[in-house]
Amino acid sequence: MNLLLLIGIPLVAALAVLASRNAKQVRWISLTGATVQLIASFALLFTFKAERAAGNTAQMLFEQKYALFPAWHINFHLGVDGISVAMILLTSFVLVAGVLVSWNVEKMTKEFYFLLVLLALGAYGFFISLDLFILFFFLEISVIPKYLLIGIWGSGKKEYSANKLALMLMGGSALILVGMLGLYFEGGRSFDLLKLSQMNLDTSTQHILFPLLFAGFGVFTALFPFHTWVPDGHSSAPTAGSMFLAGISMKLGGYGCLRVATYLLPEGAKEYANIIIILSAIAILYGAFATMMQKDLKYINAYSSVSHVGFSLLGIGMLTQTAMTGAVMQMVSHGVMTALFFAVIGMIYDRTHTRMVADMGGLMKVMPFVATVFFIVGLCSLGLPGLSGFVAEMTVFVGSWENADAFHRIATVAAAMSIVVTAVYILRAVGQTVMGPIKNEYTQLKDANWNEKLAAILLLAGILAIGIAPFWLNDLLKPGIELIMQKLASVK
Amino acid sequence: MMEPGLYQLLFISIALFFIGVYGFFTRRNLITMLMSVELVLNSVNLNFIAFNKYLWPGKMDGLFFTVFVIAIAAAEAAVAIAIIINLYRSHQSIDVENAEELKY
Amino acid sequence: MNSSFYIALIPLLPLAGFILLGLFGRSFFKNSSGIIGTLFLLVSAVLAVYVAYDYFSVSATIRPREIAFTYTWLQFSDTLSIDMGVMLDPISVMMLVVVTFVSLMVHIYSLGYMKGEERYPAYYAFLGLFTFSMLGLVMSSNLFQIYIFWELVGVSSFLLIGFYYNKPSAVAAAKKAFIVTRFADLGFLIGILVLSWYSGTLDFNTLIARLTSPESDQLKSAVTSSFLGLSGLTWALLLIFMGGAGKSAMFPLHIWLPDAMEGPTPVSALIHAATMVVAGVYLVARLFPVFAISDPAALEVVAWVGAVSAVIAAVIACTQTDIKRVLAYSTMSQIGFMMFALGVSKYGGEAGLGYTASMFHLFTHAMFKALLFLGAGAVIHYVHSNEMKDMGGLRKYLPITHVTFLVACLAIAGIPPFAGFFSKEEILLAAHENNPAIYWIALITSGLTAFYMFRLYFSIFWNKPAHLHGEKHGEGGFAMMLPLILLGVGAAGAGFIPFGKYVSTDGSPLESHIDIGISALPVALGVAGIVAAMWLYLKPNNRSEKLAASLSGLYKAAYNKFYIDELYLFITKKVLFNLVGRPAAWFDRNVVDGLVNLTGNTTEAVSGGIRKLQSGKVQQYAIYFLGGVIVLAVLFIYVWK
Repeated sequence: MNLLLLIGIPLVAALAVLASRNAKQVRWISLTGATVQLIASFALLFTFKAERAAGNTAQMLFEQKYALFPAWHINFHLGVDGISVAMILLTSFVLVAGVLVSWNVEKMTKEFYFLLVLLALGAYGFFISLDLFILFFFLEISVIPKYLLIGIWGSGKKEYSANKLALMLMGGSALILVGMLGLYFEGGRSFDLLKLSQMNLDTSTQHILFPLLFAGFGVFTALFPFHTWVPDGHSSAPTAGSMFLAGISMKLGGYGCLRVATYLLPEGAKEYANIIIILSAIAILYGAFATMMQKDLKYINAYSSVSHVGFSLLGIGMLTQTAMTGAVMQMVSHGVMTALFFAVIGMIYDRTHTRMVADMGGLMKVMPFVATVFFIVGLCSLGLPGLSGFVAEMTVFVGSWENADAFHRIATVAAAMSIVVTAVYILRAVGQTVMGPIKNEYTQLKDANWNEKLAAILLLAGILAIGIAPFWLNDLLKPGIELIMQKLASVK
Repeated sequence: MMEPGLYQLLFISIALFFIGVYGFFTRRNLITMLMSVELVLNSVNLNFIAFNKYLWPGKMDGLFFTVFVIAIAAAEAAVAIAIIINLYRSHQSIDVENAEELKY
Repeated sequence: MNSSFYIALIPLLPLAGFILLGLFGRSFFKNSSGIIGTLFLLVSAVLAVYVAYDYFSVSATIRPREIAFTYTWLQFSDTLSIDMGVMLDPISVMMLVVVTFVSLMVHIYSLGYMKGEERYPAYYAFLGLFTFSMLGLVMSSNLFQIYIFWELVGVSSFLLIGFYYNKPSAVAAAKKAFIVTRFADLGFLIGILVLSWYSGTLDFNTLIARLTSPESDQLKSAVTSSFLGLSGLTWALLLIFMGGAGKSAMFPLHIWLPDAMEGPTPVSALIHAATMVVAGVYLVARLFPVFAISDPAALEVVAWVGAVSAVIAAVIACTQTDIKRVLAYSTMSQIGFMMFALGVSKYGGEAGLGYTASMFHLFTHAMFKALLFLGAGAVIHYVHSNEMKDMGGLRKYLPITHVTFLVACLAIAGIPPFAGFFSKEEILLAAHENNPAIYWIALITSGLTAFYMFRLYFSIFWNKPAHLHGEKHGEGGFAMMLPLILLGVGAAGAGFIPFGKYVSTDGSPLESHIDIGISALPVALGVAGIVAAMWLYLKPNNRSEKLAASLSGLYKAAYNKFYIDELYLFITKKVLFNLVGRPAAWFDRNVVDGLVNLTGNTTEAVSGGIRKLQSGKVQQYAIYFLGGVIVLAVLFIYVWK
């Protein structure tokens, strides 16, 4: 399969959106583009599986390489492995759902959809890039639309949030850029990921570059203490913006931490693993406790995202095969879950015009569909078996436990304690919004309409697909993680 | 009549230049400021011609530059006057003090 | 054995019912969903009985832990994986029958009890989900599989307790139940991690084999490693037991069970009396070889937790006035019996009597406790109140309920020849032989049991004459009476099943142990309890108030459940929320985010200073420019030459 298709479809869709004449056209064009992209992602999954089944054990499949700046050894180099395929699928799910829940955006519809598709384009490009230069290029492409989406279509103190988000992410990008240039000059003037992975950089270089790259990508994925853009950004963003931000954008960071920082700089990873573990364990527990005190649904989910994404970073920091698999699973699982969570919060907000937990109650009675979905996604968040969160978290726990020393054990137990705190805040939120006596002003509200239902069902399908049958995801990720582990094992 | 020497020409050029600069700094009227800029430009033109004639009499570079400067000065004047007219329309004045808010 | 297909159907049918009713119940099966759910379960129950018949009768000897089939669900690493499987051994087959039978009874009963409810389809869907999860739990072949279904029963319990979701007290109770058990599950999860680390497997058969043979490296490393003075194995087993204690409402994790009575009464009968709450007992029984052979210290803890829970719950039950709460504490007390029966047992042969007795009691308890709850449901249905003071003299109005309730009370009080007598005798015998202290606690508790059950019985059906306001509807239809009668038959006759022949620690059959010398004392105590209850509650009188007044301190403490709820409330509300949650949120907003904003503000302040230069005055710029040119000129000419 030609990977150019994955960036071609969004590009065409974005241009078509620009060329279209009215809001209706815009919506349908975006939806068509997103759906085609979803189909393409599934096609990628199946062709990928078929290739692997046919015995193709190359590290990256469907590679393509075009020279961009031959003098500087910059190539347009594309290719995917299991991890990228999983991420691409995630992006497609969130994209379709995001387009669907934004159906009622009236203000500057064309620009809104254009930015959504552009953001997705950046994410797709990021996940299939094998050259750090274009990887960085696509990463930046995905930052700007977020700024505009929050700044223009947001709510509350949107300018503040948009600025904060853009500045913090740009700060992260700056760190990444420095780290990348370091790799370029130390690694024999090449941005090529595969080539760089063959290099053995000397230890001191790795110790300098790793924190730059990891912290840089860490900002994107809400690494404690660089996570404060998350609550503000999410709470001000429009629904689809939050979905993309938490569902895709935070995963760009996690993917970068794994693929660029850890894979290319194994000695650095080993040196800093304990710090990562400490930071992520703090993020998990402290995020969970902070969530407990929030009153606004979006803040609740934003802080809970900090806590959940902590599991990804914890898994990476544990440096075992199982934990890393769990980390990637958590990225995928959290992406789908949190997108759905924000979608549902958006649906509730559209109807009740409040996001304050205390102001709601008994919504199950008037909108059973929305309430049920909210309940299910809450259960997913607190790690109920049969839904995706459980699989990912358990894999991280089991993998973490493989490190037999007291430090790792304590960190794991601390992280595990969050499952109780998560239960507390999720049940509090769910109990007060969808259960309990209904308020008079809400008795006339309507349940979800077709586009919202479709979006929710799509994302629910994703949650269930991972939760009920995790083995396919496990098999998909395994070879990619194994390579990273080999690289880690090859150094002291 | 005596042909002017290089020094005389340079003297006039310097005088013109500083008259222009002085005018640019002190006048509040945008049109006058534009005229001052023209003076500065013309002093440069004079320099070009003078150096061309006395230092490299066989070459034409200085003359060409002068022609260029005149052409660009004309264009610049057109743009500047357009801006000034717009300013006048919105502010009913062409005083440079009133154009301060352009910084925002 | 080539029967895996229909065995898998047993849990899958209720699941199918859940999916069907959950998705389409509201639109297509508004009124028929009860019938549909019941039919699914009927097939399930028939299959379960067939499996049990097949298992116990066909082969001559009892086959330990037979795996019907497994499927690798999630491969963690080379050694650890979650395999979804079906394991048949005597206790899982016994549980299959219990769960499907009681669930079927409750399904039928609810046809009458829940009729006309607005969320009737949802109710049956949740029942299906619960039954599926519980069946999956008992058939688990893998430690992690049990955890998965463990969580699923927890959530079904949440859904059913909170079934009347617009009642704030129901929502609070549901939350409490979930969070308390979740806290216990944290221990369970860590226990699984520890145990799987030492044994290198999650599969029950391998795990038990490795951790019970003294020569195995796994056992050696588990026993020799130590953390805070306890061996790794003890930690693992205690943590797993913590999970069991949470689910089985053992002291001090029992606080959720009485509140859980907010759910519909049939649900209490199914989940909070007969099946889910015994999951903890089942879990310990499942790992019993490891406990008994390799780590008697952990088993000792199990025994004492069970005994303490039994007696505390019995004391509290004597003072409660809400009939469902009395039953809830009674459940806790009876589960305490099962727990300490396991705790005092040893592995193999006659010494394993406690294990057999525990499972036997689990079996009989399911019958009579489900019956008690369903009977209480019929009473509540009739008088529309849970409080004892609103009842009395109902024996004429509710004849069938009265008789079956009496049978159940006699059974739980341990009066021969009802079912409870046999199982309780075996438990007491096992305790008598192995742990005298626990034996005496158990004796007192069984006397108390008789007292509070008959207090309940007399208060409902005798005492003051009935004062019924207006409407006199019947006892409830055939659907509600049939389960009562069937369970009544079970409660009366289940004791005659030669249980020891089928269920024992090592598979060798045990003889029934009814010894007149040992039995006389508990039966006499039971009768004494009944007589005391009769004296106090048969007719309206003020003796009970006087008694309560004379025991005022103890009575008040017991009435307030020994203030354990308040203690928890203090820890969660005051300590966790105020001392952890609030500071964390404050720290994040003010310190971490404050630093971010500080960076922003500093930049802004600096640029604000620089901005002043940008005045907008063109001529000022020109002067700066000129100044710059002059400075540069001077520099070029005189300094840098």
